[in-house]
Amino acid sequence: MGGSTENSAFKKTHNPWALGRTPGGSSGGAAACVAGLMAPLSIGTDTGGSIRQPASFCGVTGMKPTYGRVSRYGLVAFASSLDQAGPLAKTAEDVALLLEAVAGHDPCDSTSANVPTPSYTASVRQPLQGLRLGIAREHFGDGLDGEVDASVREAIKVFESQGATVRELSLPHSKYAIATYYIIAPCEASSNLARYDGVHYGYRTDEKAMLAELAEERKVLEGAGDRAKLEALDTSLVRMYRKTRSEGFGAEVKRRIMLGSYALSAGYYDAYYVKALKVRRLIREDYDAAFKDVDLIIGPTTATPAFKLGEMNEDPLAMYLQDLYTVSANLAGIAAISVPCGISKSGLPIGLQLQAPPFEEERLLRAAHMFQQATDWHTKRPN
Amino acid sequence: MGLSRDEVAKVSLLARLRFDEAELDTLTTQLSQVVEYVRQLEELDTESVQPMAHVEDIHNVLADDVARPSLDRDEALANAPKRDDECYRVPAVLGE
Amino acid sequence: MNDKPYEIIIGLEVHVQLQTQSKLFCRCSTTYGQAPNTQTCPVCIGMPGALPVMNRRAYELALRTAVALNLDIPEFTKWDRKNYFYPDLPKGYQISQFDLPMSQNGWLEISDAKGAFEPKRVRITRAHLEDDAGKSMHDEAAGKSDSRIDLNRTGTPLLEIVSEPDLRSPQEAKAYLTELRLLLTYLGVSDCNMQEGSLRVDGNINLHIDTPDGKVATPIAEVKNMNSFRAVERAMAYEAERQYEVWCEKKIKLGDKPGGHKTTRGWDDGQQVTVKQREKEESSDYRYFPDPDLLPVIVTAEQVEQVRADLGELPAAMRTRLESTYGIDPYDSDVLVNQGRELVAYYEELATASGDGRRASNWVQQDVLRTLNEQQATIADFVISAASLADLLKAIQAGDVDNTRAKDVFEEMLRSGSSASDAMAKLGIEKVDASEAESLCRELLEANPQVVEDLKAGKMKAVGSLIGQAKQRNPNVNPGEFKDMCLKIVEIM
Repeated sequence: MGGSTENSAFKKTHNPWALGRTPGGSSGGAAACVAGLMAPLSIGTDTGGSIRQPASFCGVTGMKPTYGRVSRYGLVAFASSLDQAGPLAKTAEDVALLLEAVAGHDPCDSTSANVPTPSYTASVRQPLQGLRLGIAREHFGDGLDGEVDASVREAIKVFESQGATVRELSLPHSKYAIATYYIIAPCEASSNLARYDGVHYGYRTDEKAMLAELAEERKVLEGAGDRAKLEALDTSLVRMYRKTRSEGFGAEVKRRIMLGSYALSAGYYDAYYVKALKVRRLIREDYDAAFKDVDLIIGPTTATPAFKLGEMNEDPLAMYLQDLYTVSANLAGIAAISVPCGISKSGLPIGLQLQAPPFEEERLLRAAHMFQQATDWHTKRPN
Repeated sequence: MGLSRDEVAKVSLLARLRFDEAELDTLTTQLSQVVEYVRQLEELDTESVQPMAHVEDIHNVLADDVARPSLDRDEALANAPKRDDECYRVPAVLGE
Repeated sequence: MNDKPYEIIIGLEVHVQLQTQSKLFCRCSTTYGQAPNTQTCPVCIGMPGALPVMNRRAYELALRTAVALNLDIPEFTKWDRKNYFYPDLPKGYQISQFDLPMSQNGWLEISDAKGAFEPKRVRITRAHLEDDAGKSMHDEAAGKSDSRIDLNRTGTPLLEIVSEPDLRSPQEAKAYLTELRLLLTYLGVSDCNMQEGSLRVDGNINLHIDTPDGKVATPIAEVKNMNSFRAVERAMAYEAERQYEVWCEKKIKLGDKPGGHKTTRGWDDGQQVTVKQREKEESSDYRYFPDPDLLPVIVTAEQVEQVRADLGELPAAMRTRLESTYGIDPYDSDVLVNQGRELVAYYEELATASGDGRRASNWVQQDVLRTLNEQQATIADFVISAASLADLLKAIQAGDVDNTRAKDVFEEMLRSGSSASDAMAKLGIEKVDASEAESLCRELLEANPQVVEDLKAGKMKAVGSLIGQAKQRNPNVNPGEFKDMCLKIVEIM
């Protein structure tokens, strides 16, 4: 979890463009291995931007398909109503190839959409005629890095030179997207991660040490005659759960489990979770309205290029705010892609995000391919 | 208004997690920050908005009632941290 | 129904396993009694990445039951996660229904054939679908502190049926359960086998006590671990007594602090007492939220009406119809209907073919049911067809065979599988010719002048010895007809 791979249970990943920087996350490994030419294609999962942000930071093409387009069966669930697996590759053509292989209805995933999968490889090279692009005012506000802003505006000109029309629009609730996301995702995560409890599979704490620890605590409390604390002392089973999970999960995961458990607990459910679900609908309605007038929404994938490893470690909220432009697509369940559109003066890739209505992956791929025909950002490689 | 340390401790039991004193302090601060932040949703009037639990307009996804073979027991128990020939084993659930 | 100055208030929560082939969210078999952990898969073990897909049949059975319980069926229903940690709950949550259950606000009518209480409608709050947990076994015998977990049952479809606190006595509670079980059996939605855990009951009980200051309510107790309807009846009776005693001693009312909160108690069948169970403060914070892995179910009013039309005749309607069609008493219709649809069909065929509903009812209740009981069989396996038994009943009506000998004929039919007439022939039963009977009668009266005297003096019992003698001479003599004939002859003597 998180946008930097620093919360990985294994190792953190370095950005091939600048080893001191993050490749983005959580699918930073998937993006870095494509950027570093270790693999031609990779699959990531995107709950709030975890494919697109690393694709942007690593200078590769990465797509979050429409919710329901790719089966979630077999995917370790983080936030089930937001999770979607998708491809990362150097080009839109390669993304089309992988998406065609993994997309489609799966009767084992109830939320998998039973809609036909077009042949993306057959259509990806066909340019879109009369493409109508929308620029969301909210994607160009405070906090957007100047170089990113310039690259994205340059990219828009590229589309215009290919006959696309551009209009400005508003996604008025997008400023609430992060807050909405950081309620819904932790709530679902707190429940999805309950199964890692050391009973049926996976890690379990050292039981002997755990029992000894409990016995010791009991002795101390008995000695002190503290009846209230004795009553409240964990049973061996509860202590097994708590030690197992505290030892097995990393800090960010535990933080999110805590946040979700709190927001779902008695007395807070309506104020947080139900409220977030309502705002989620408003965010979706913003998109539905916008897509009446435009075919795609174009903007930056992230506000800045890759940040330094370690930069956000002590400030989870700052890390969460990184997802500003990406989480809305997950909340609304729509499709989105990140395409390389520039390199900063310090030599870091910049990503362009295209967002499309549900199940319009084909449109995204064709637009991305048009852009990649006119530019060579996707061919740039780290030194 | 954020979370109190007591609330954080209570939630940690609910979530079956355990933190030492220093961790509890850090968490209280961090969670309070996030909770403060998400409370900006309060400024929106959502009285007449239906909650959206699913983005898809799909319903009645039902499977036929046909029993299929299960896993072999040894396969099912293969990943158990503690087991015997037939069952998973855990510290006594009695006293729960 | 009690002489104590209180009213008993009971509401019941019943969990019923639905009779499906496969589990609610995966296709593992639901067969009972298999070796531990042989009926599990990644979905019901809660493996990472496994996802639930709802069983259509389970939903249909639940809907059928809800309609039969007169519950309102909302168009939209969804599934929620109930989060708690327990080793027999591998996902860390139960998939249940919280704020939008598939059905609510229904009722079930109960009555007592012997009139122990007035017939009443017990309101049903809701019925909803959820998945069952596995089993935790406490390995105390082995002297170890471990528990063993079997997940075979995990994911079996359960229907939770919650009643309003409308029951006013342990007898009513038992009657409610009996009627509910009968209904579920008629619907074919569950086998309701309590031994196998297909039907489980928790009872919420408290008292409304008359005091000089008006009515007061005692703290509510939820009683668990009741393994039979009898246990429910006894546990409720015990609990009422206990609460009254506690009230007399401590005067703690519902809602008082401390002591007035709801408690959980377990029924100890050996000791015949309820025992307070340990509770944890945080244990009831289940953090419900809509399960993102499952989509809502939408059902139209037309679909609900179709289900209603296909329910078939239900027990309450069947009792009334049997009483009016065949002229039998509520007690008899109750016995018959309680035996299930197949037996009622047998009875109806018998009653119609024999033309005597009451006699048919007696024979079914006494002879047929006794035999089935002895043979541990069901009516489907019963040797004597309703048509054959009807022939025997007609022979009784015609006076061709008396009731006592008819029992022998029944045994013979049972043994050989022959028709009534063949069995009667085999036993040498034939109607005694009227003139033959009359001469036997005269002969015996002549030989027994004292009997004639007694009869003339109005001592009618005296005729019994003559019947006995007649039967010895000719076992086919019909005692009733013989008696009438004797009296007629004596009258004109």
